[in-house]
Amino acid sequence: MIYLRLFLVFLQIGAFTFGGGYGMIPLIRESVLRYGWLTEGDFISVLAVAESTPGPIAINMATFVGASQGGILGSLAATLGVVLPSFVLILLIAALIRNLLKYKGVQAFLSGVRPCVAALILATALTMGLRTLIGVTTLRGGFFVDPKAIAIFALLLLGGFALKKWRKKSPSPIVMILLSAGLGILFYS
Amino acid sequence: MKTLRTLFLSFLKIGAFTFGGGYAMLALLENEFVSKKAWLDKEEFLDMVAIAESTPGPVAINSATYIGYRTAGFWGSLVSTLGVCIPSFVIIYGISLFFDAFLRLTYVSYAFRGIQVCVVYLIASAGVKVLKNLERNWLSRCIVLAVVLVMTAFSLFAVRFSSVFYILICGAIGLALSLCRKGVERE
Repeated sequence: MIYLRLFLVFLQIGAFTFGGGYGMIPLIRESVLRYGWLTEGDFISVLAVAESTPGPIAINMATFVGASQGGILGSLAATLGVVLPSFVLILLIAALIRNLLKYKGVQAFLSGVRPCVAALILATALTMGLRTLIGVTTLRGGFFVDPKAIAIFALLLLGGFALKKWRKKSPSPIVMILLSAGLGILFYS
Repeated sequence: MKTLRTLFLSFLKIGAFTFGGGYAMLALLENEFVSKKAWLDKEEFLDMVAIAESTPGPVAINSATYIGYRTAGFWGSLVSTLGVCIPSFVIIYGISLFFDAFLRLTYVSYAFRGIQVCVVYLIASAGVKVLKNLERNWLSRCIVLAVVLVMTAFSLFAVRFSSVFYILICGAIGLALSLCRKGVERE
């Protein structure tokens, strides 16, 4: 039953990912690859859409993955799943334990979780980078270096850095995505 | 009733016009509920942000539920959460209907090869940003290094290990370490 599975997988994603949208990407990626809901390439494309449309990235991803697997009901099931744990937990906190963060145990738990989230995001970027730039998925699979992708990556690094120096703040994801779309057409056509 | 409608419309607006996820929303939320409507004071807003960031789930949903509840109880939290989700849901569902056909256009497919590289760049820079905000201590350094190495190695050797476990293990390490410290202090 695809609806139940979508609901449960996104319920798990909603319940165990800390740090908001980017913190949720590692587990979302793992899950969609594991169940074969999207290929890595599709996942990245969908992520680009989720970043360049308004709204929370996690909701956007859940809706899209749900729709791709089970139409409107699928997207409802996935979105409900990803929202429900937050909703219940925050209700409990707001109603009963507003000083939750002042407990020593909670603080100690989070002192381990915070660096873990940073590492999960970095490791995900690293494995996706290996895959996109030099075609390495696993050590057995061989590799395929894509010099154009590496050139685009270098230009994005440079462009992002220049924009940051010039405007005094990091460029928005949409600016970078538009820039990369232009570079993609330039390099690959 | 009027409060519920205002909450719903405010969150609908915020859901429809903030790009880039939860953190981008926080500035808008503050403007709307602290500066304009004064439904929350500055201090409670900061408490809310700390809670939204430290509990699982999307920051936007956490904030909507919290602010909704503090303003109008259970129904407040329900309409706020619905409001912040609906724009995403409608827009993305609409896009998903013709996304495959869209990707098959030649120039779009070229553009997306560039965009895929950009997504890697964006995730990496988000990771670096989170890294910079960490407390600088040995626990953080060791955990970051260990998790990056283990997770990358597992993926290269095709070992399946859910990131849920990394989070639970690291949380347990944090707890254990603080208990040890307490034990040492007592002696």
